[in-house]
Amino acid sequence: MVPVKAHNRWVIVFSYLLALLLMAVPLSPPNGWLRPEFVAILVIYWLMVMPQQTSIITIWVVGCLQDLLEGVALGQHAMALMVVAYVGLLSYQRMQNTTVWRQMFAVFVVLGLHQLVINWVHSLYGKAAPSLVFLLPAFVSALLWPVFYMLLERMRRYWRVA
Amino acid sequence: MKPLFSKGPSTASRVFTLGGLALLLILVNTYTSLLDPVRAQLANLVAPLYMIADAPGRAVDQVSDSLRTRSDLEEENSALKAELLIHKRKLQQMATLAAENVRLRQLLNSAEVVQDRVLVAELIGISPDPLSHKVIVNKGASHGVYLGQPLLDAYGLMGQVVEVSEYTSQVLLITDASHALPVQVNRNGVRAVAEGTGDLYELKLRYLSNTVDIRVGDLLVSSGLGQRFPVGYPVATVESVVHDPGQPFATVVARPKAQLNRSRHVLLVFSGDRAKDAVDAVELSIPEESEVPEESEGGSG
Repeated sequence: MVPVKAHNRWVIVFSYLLALLLMAVPLSPPNGWLRPEFVAILVIYWLMVMPQQTSIITIWVVGCLQDLLEGVALGQHAMALMVVAYVGLLSYQRMQNTTVWRQMFAVFVVLGLHQLVINWVHSLYGKAAPSLVFLLPAFVSALLWPVFYMLLERMRRYWRVA
Repeated sequence: MKPLFSKGPSTASRVFTLGGLALLLILVNTYTSLLDPVRAQLANLVAPLYMIADAPGRAVDQVSDSLRTRSDLEEENSALKAELLIHKRKLQQMATLAAENVRLRQLLNSAEVVQDRVLVAELIGISPDPLSHKVIVNKGASHGVYLGQPLLDAYGLMGQVVEVSEYTSQVLLITDASHALPVQVNRNGVRAVAEGTGDLYELKLRYLSNTVDIRVGDLLVSSGLGQRFPVGYPVATVESVVHDPGQPFATVVARPKAQLNRSRHVLLVFSGDRAKDAVDAVELSIPEESEVPEESEGGSG
């Protein structure tokens, strides 16, 4: 009945909680834009390495939790993460078999879409970003992607998540 | 674990369904207030995250406090005593002024001004989203905090409570782009509306005609007209006034008095009738020394 034997899946949930915690760490306001989108990076990663076993509902719930955490419209990050998940599901085979540079570029594009959705919902409240500065988190995340990838791969191998 | 994808709808269709659901949530959230009570309940789930994220900073504070030398502490103590003396002197006058104010109000037959009471709170987090200026304080419904309650720091008005959960609450700062509050110029009583701009150091005064008497350096205080903020708390100082004959209104920019990105210790104000009601609740639920009346016995000090 179960296609792949589930093993240590709690690590996935734990990693999302850790990402939410990292989002909650206070940064001084001018540096706010430099924070990588930890949760969205995790979604890309888990969909890339185990696309069939990743639960979309978990991602959605984590998105809602992030909304509550940030005090923004409920569903904002949930929807943005669904966009990330959709692109992730379409492209995981290419992502698995390409160079790290191309992965970084793909991460930038996907997180750019994520940020676009976020900014669109902000614009409903009349507080859209004044410039393209809202793409900065996507850029920082893409730059740090190799580091995250390495750390997450180690974690996944160590716990033998399947 | 239950099998997630062995049967049932395809992953892509799940993504679309949940994405649509999220969109629906966003729209309901944006255009109605149906979800607000649900949000307040659910916010209890994420409150621990803020507490954990805040713990290292708090620990560092405590360690650095306990590692201070005796001479440092003595120095600080004497500086604080000097400062206290100055404030007490000001309060001595305040007592007579307050009494005079009450008598004059009685002569005018106007309503008595109720003393505001305050609850000392601490910031435990700021919203990670650079576009929403919100902070999280460590007092919630169990401490009597209510929706719309004003928040101050030592220098001026900071914002208002927009979401109350059990032990924490979320405060919208006055500089958030979706926030506006009624103010008046302290010098001459000119009324205006101060709007947040999304910049932590900037408020804009909207719809002030070019002939209005307002100057750089004017102090703006809350006017109390919105029935939300109590009257008379400092909000901002006017930083620039531009009269452009081509524009229908003057462009007035003010800088908030409160240290919106620095203050850690803040005050939640119970004003008006709330002050009378809150007295018991506040005194019951928190230790004696952290609850101070806005105006302590100034005359006797």
